[in-house]
Amino acid sequence: MAIQVVPAEALGASSTPGEGAGGGDDLGSGRGRALRSLLRNPLGLVGAGLLLVVVLVALLAPLIAPYPPTQVHFDTPFQRLGTKGFWLGTDDLGRDLMSRVFYGTRASLEVGVLSVALAVVVGVPLGLVSGWWRLLDTFVSRLTDLLLAFPFLILAVGLAAVRGPSLTNAALALGIAQVPTMIRVVRAETLRWRGADFVTSARAMDAGSGWILGRHILPNAASAVIVQATVIMPVAIIGEATLSFLGLGIRPPAPSLGIMLSDAQQYIFRAPAAAVIPGVTIAVICLGFNFFGDALRDALDPTTSSR
Amino acid sequence: MARYLLNKLWQAAITLLLSALVVFVGVRLLPGDPALALAGEEADPATLAQVRTDLGLDQPVIVQFWRFLSNLAHGDLGTSIRTGTPVTDLIAATLPVTLWLALYATVLAVVIGVAGGALAAVYRGRWPEWVANGFSLAGLSVPHFWLGLLAILYLSVSLGLFPASGYVPVTENPLRALYYLTLPAVILGTALAAVVMRQTRSSMLETLSTDYVRTARAKGLPRARVLRDYALRNSLIVVVTIIGLQLGGLISGAVVTERIFGLPGFGKLTLDSVFTRDYPVIQAVVIIVTAAYIVINLAVDVLYSVINPRIRVGGEA
Repeated sequence: MAIQVVPAEALGASSTPGEGAGGGDDLGSGRGRALRSLLRNPLGLVGAGLLLVVVLVALLAPLIAPYPPTQVHFDTPFQRLGTKGFWLGTDDLGRDLMSRVFYGTRASLEVGVLSVALAVVVGVPLGLVSGWWRLLDTFVSRLTDLLLAFPFLILAVGLAAVRGPSLTNAALALGIAQVPTMIRVVRAETLRWRGADFVTSARAMDAGSGWILGRHILPNAASAVIVQATVIMPVAIIGEATLSFLGLGIRPPAPSLGIMLSDAQQYIFRAPAAAVIPGVTIAVICLGFNFFGDALRDALDPTTSSR
Repeated sequence: MARYLLNKLWQAAITLLLSALVVFVGVRLLPGDPALALAGEEADPATLAQVRTDLGLDQPVIVQFWRFLSNLAHGDLGTSIRTGTPVTDLIAATLPVTLWLALYATVLAVVIGVAGGALAAVYRGRWPEWVANGFSLAGLSVPHFWLGLLAILYLSVSLGLFPASGYVPVTENPLRALYYLTLPAVILGTALAAVVMRQTRSSMLETLSTDYVRTARAKGLPRARVLRDYALRNSLIVVVTIIGLQLGGLISGAVVTERIFGLPGFGKLTLDSVFTRDYPVIQAVVIIVTAAYIVINLAVDVLYSVINPRIRVGGEA
């Protein structure tokens, strides 16, 4: 199930200003160092490689899929792995599993990207604002606490009940569920940099709050936001599969890895491959994001790279 | 301490009231006429009017909200459209299943997660760390409902180790209940165990590198005692935090796990109510989950201050 990775801030770990990547305003060399560190991390490279393949498959699905994902072949149901023409086999309706996996990957990434976008668009401004203005902080932090551990599935259930199940509603529920962690991460970054010398000097030069937040704090918080996005992606992708599996997400016959697993459950003994392949695909996508995200975190934040 | 608790209780009450308001508004946002939805599409006008009066839909909104709250306070959650039974009966029948499942899964996850995380930190750079890291990464990358399908396929059907579905109440036969719940609990607990393991490891590594641990070792305290009294105690705080934060994941996970293993629990009730548009049940489910979530978080907060008095934010510490 969707697991929220607990940000270090939530556990009381604090970072001191000045210890961050390149001391904050020294971003240029910081980026070069981060890139070198990323390239030296074998798991990070594996993750990047997996992600490249996954993204290519998703983008090129219409070109590389042997069949349309919903095309049925009633004469050839339950083909085995490695059958000529259906290399990953077929399901109960004779639909080509490889084509469905390709299109399912596309749907997974679509939901992932939509939820990350929602979390960023809502979470980043709220995080900045609550880290900067104490008065708003009380309100936003209460809201965050309230939402942080609330079961996203109940949210999805509510949305599905009110608006009907769909890809957009699944992404909406998953995105809303990720907003609080994003707020916390950005808020912690804002608190971390608000006392930095370059912020004090910007203030001394009469810069407005909006300017400081946008020009000084946001660029420094960017790496934390990017890392958090790599954490959200696999959570959202597993979440989509779960919702679709339960019938609360993408509607059949549209291809989704979760729907494929839900279908496969009915004939799991007859065609075990149909139940294994979509799951492996989800695992590969998520491992890619987790490997890459971990390496990215180590590369962007030298204080944790020793772990 | 008393002031701290009162403050927390007050906050919990506010949160509960707010969530009741959200549910109240949410139900009124549902497409179409709630009376029609409640009475069913084929209801005749007389029934419809009766439902409308029962629901108090002819009253002003404030009065409606008050009635809603007062019904809630009296434990009246309405009647299920699908089965015609009071919602409280449905919940009383299904909730214990889920609570046992969640409890069992949490215990498994904490035991495995803390042990694995501690081993990984102590044997840093050696194989226990690799195994623990591999497990926690896999646990975060694999949808656990899929693990459930595989477990049924291989552990239940091929090897016959565990039943693929079914449920025995704990009160009826505790041993058989344990037997039936083991596989679902393992599947539900996997993700939680992965997170607990990951955080225990990094928390222990952090503690082990602090000055006070070095001092304790230098003055001759045995390694085992330092690990137990310093490192493990600190990681307990982490575990409690995670359980609070992962509660939502656990509840969501229970819904899926029950579906896969055919357990007659609260999650099944939730899904059934959505698919049959059984609004009173949906409404009750949301309120109960929210209340449970608030109560458990309150418990986590209190537990916190017991384990680590420094965290008593609102208190005199």
